[in-house]
Amino acid sequence: MEVFLFYLLALISVASVVAMILTRHQAYNALLLAVAFTSLGGLFALLKAPFIATVQIIIYAGAIMVLFIFVIMMIDLRQPFPPLRRKWVLALGAFLLAIIFLELILVIRTLPGTNSSAAPDFGHPTPLGRLLFSRYLYAFEITSILIVVAIVGSLYLARRKEKK
Amino acid sequence: MSPLAFFVLSLVLFSLGTLAFLVKRDLITQFMAIEIMLNAANLAMIAASRLMVSLDGQIVVFFVITVAAAEAAVGLAIILLIYRQKKNIRTEEINLLKG
Repeated sequence: MEVFLFYLLALISVASVVAMILTRHQAYNALLLAVAFTSLGGLFALLKAPFIATVQIIIYAGAIMVLFIFVIMMIDLRQPFPPLRRKWVLALGAFLLAIIFLELILVIRTLPGTNSSAAPDFGHPTPLGRLLFSRYLYAFEITSILIVVAIVGSLYLARRKEKK
Repeated sequence: MSPLAFFVLSLVLFSLGTLAFLVKRDLITQFMAIEIMLNAANLAMIAASRLMVSLDGQIVVFFVITVAAAEAAVGLAIILLIYRQKKNIRTEEINLLKG
């Protein structure tokens, strides 16, 4: 069952990302991205991370995708895209991508493949919260400051200038 | 299910995200490609956390998701600002720093 779910979710996520590369319409891209994020949330749940899976679906497939949709709504993108002028950029990108791919394959091959058993509440909110508010307390507080700065910054950037 | 399969999947997703970033030429879709890459890295983190039976990887993913939300808010505001000034968001038209 677990193997079946893994292959199903992996197939959905990879297929939606490939479809995103092939589609040109931004709203469809956003929809496919939400599908990919949701299936990734399922994969997180398979890896005994139920809390992170929930956070993934609420924040990524919920909040961030709503932000994207709002911006797509505000921007009129019906102008057609001209063909790419510099093809060598793509070739260089593909070359670098191949190198990264081979390197990471080599790294993955050195990892141990066995799955050691975890505690039954591994990844549940309680142990995660304990860790978050003890060892990672400063990081947590600094993240909250970062969020406030981001809110103020985006409000400042997106405001309408008053006509004088 | 061995975590190695999850690492391979995260590698594939990261490469597809990089490819999407290189192929697409509007800022919003490139931004989406960056989110895919972040998510692929998150998947690798969670798989490592499962492999080592340690919660630290999940904490890192928690922070990555939080920072990604902040980054999306600021980045999309910047995209909106560029659209108001240039009336499009093609990356080829944004060449103010080009020599």
